[in-house]
Amino acid sequence: MQDKAIKDQISEFMAQAFSGAVIAHDQDIFEAGFGNSMFAMQLVNFVEVTFGIEVDSDDLDIDNFRSIDRVAALVQRKRAVAAA
Amino acid sequence: MNIAAEVTSAQAEARAHWQAVAQAEVAPFARQIDREAAVPEAVMAALREAGAFASGFPEAFGGPAGAQGDPVGAALAHGALHEALGRASASVQGVLNVHHMGGSALARWGSAAQKAHWGPLLTSGATRCAIAITEPEVGSDATAVRTRAEVDGDGWVVSGEKAWITCGASADLFVLIAASAAGPVALLLPREAPGLSIAPIPDMLGCRGYAMARLILEDVRLPGEALLGKPGFGVSHVAATGLESGRHNLAWGCVGLAEACRQAALSHVQRRAQFGEKIAEFQLVQQLIARMSTEIHAARLMCRSAAVARGQRAMTAAKEATMAKYFASTMVGRVAKDAQQLHGAAGIGPKTPLEMYFRDARIMEVIEGTTQILEVMIARFSYQEGPA
Ligand SMILES: Cc1cc2nc3c(=O)[nH]c(=O)nc-3n(C[C@H](O)[C@H](O)[C@H](O)COP(=O)(O)OP(=O)(O)OC[C@H]3O[C@@H](n4cnc5c(N)ncnc54)[C@H](O)[C@@H]3O)c2cc1C
Repeated sequence: MQDKAIKDQISEFMAQAFSGAVIAHDQDIFEAGFGNSMFAMQLVNFVEVTFGIEVDSDDLDIDNFRSIDRVAALVQRKRAVAAA
Repeated sequence: MNIAAEVTSAQAEARAHWQAVAQAEVAPFARQIDREAAVPEAVMAALREAGAFASGFPEAFGGPAGAQGDPVGAALAHGALHEALGRASASVQGVLNVHHMGGSALARWGSAAQKAHWGPLLTSGATRCAIAITEPEVGSDATAVRTRAEVDGDGWVVSGEKAWITCGASADLFVLIAASAAGPVALLLPREAPGLSIAPIPDMLGCRGYAMARLILEDVRLPGEALLGKPGFGVSHVAATGLESGRHNLAWGCVGLAEACRQAALSHVQRRAQFGEKIAEFQLVQQLIARMSTEIHAARLMCRSAAVARGQRAMTAAKEATMAKYFASTMVGRVAKDAQQLHGAAGIGPKTPLEMYFRDARIMEVIEGTTQILEVMIARFSYQEGPA
């Protein structure tokens, strides 16, 4: 899947999670105050189900979830490992 | 989704199986468990034998065979276990619930080595698990826990106090949530860890077989392998996984407890006569029966829908578990009260289980998120959805 397609899907998911907020791909969602306790697991489930990857304890690094760009990078990395 | 269409013969079989196990092995001991505030070892052994401790876990962790190929069926079967236990004894349902809460957090966020070690022990029931979040000064706001975990060489040193821990007095392993320099952290705390003392809490209002206790930790040293997930993710990911399982399990448990109340009410109103008639014939009695029958049916459908969503890993799964727990826990309060009312004095006295049901039902709105906290969550889920 193209990087743009991945980012578009993450972007759409976040817009819904944050009640229609428009989020730039490189915006730090935690700094902007978007993250909440429910969102953390929603994001994990979303990327796992949508992109067919498994987020495990090694991936629990806040930098992996900070922005649309970072989440997309995590997805690409996991997919590359799974395909190898 | 057509909920009725989900009923396959395998699912019906699972329901019948857990109902039979719970009625034969658990229900006869329910009053004794309430009186003695302890679950007899024979009851636990029978549940181990029946495979109850494996229910709800992934197959690779040691969960039921076939769970991977049919996750929806497995989620419904797990719900059926908790409904059957809730009907037989709310205390026993709670014991299996916290085992699954701690265990599912471990199955989800454990390292390969942790899963390989703990999976067989937890799913066989050889090790009994619990989850320790709440503290004397910290309840709903779990991220504010004060129990302190400091890095110490390769491991951790933990000090603080946990309060209101189900199976605190009986579990072998706790998923412990503490504060660390990097934020909330989850650690695996074995019961025998030096520096851990356990103080049972007697005289609880209901669910007396929960074996409630405080955990007092004084410089408890834990190895590096005790870390579950990563520091900073202890509440948002690890505890959240356990709590979502708990809401799901407890919603089904509430349906079971409410069904026990309804069964007692049905038999009482059709036997008891006043003013020369069975009280079942009075329309005001019929109103209470109609209300409880309908509400239990609604809660059960919500639970089924939540289980299907959980099995399918639908994005709505967390919301559905929250809504099901919210509705079922408030519903069982109403049903227990009405069933007691229909029994008159007999529902207050010691000879019927109605007074126990009433006390047990009261617990359900406090645990796995209070009613108010769940309302906050459901409103947030709703805001995410709209307006469309
Ligand atoms: C029988 C039983 C078993 C339990 N088992 C466990 C266990 O195994 N492990 C564990 O960690 N804990 C356990 N607990 C603790 C339980 O999770 C907490 O009691 C619960 O989270 C509420 O915390 P609290 O009691 O400190 O109440 P508080 O959080 O102090 O709340 C008090 C009141 O304020 C309301 N309130 C709080 N915040 C808000 C808000 N933001 N908006 C609106 N209202 C609010 C609450 O709804 C409640 O009515 C158990 C409790 C009981 C009674």
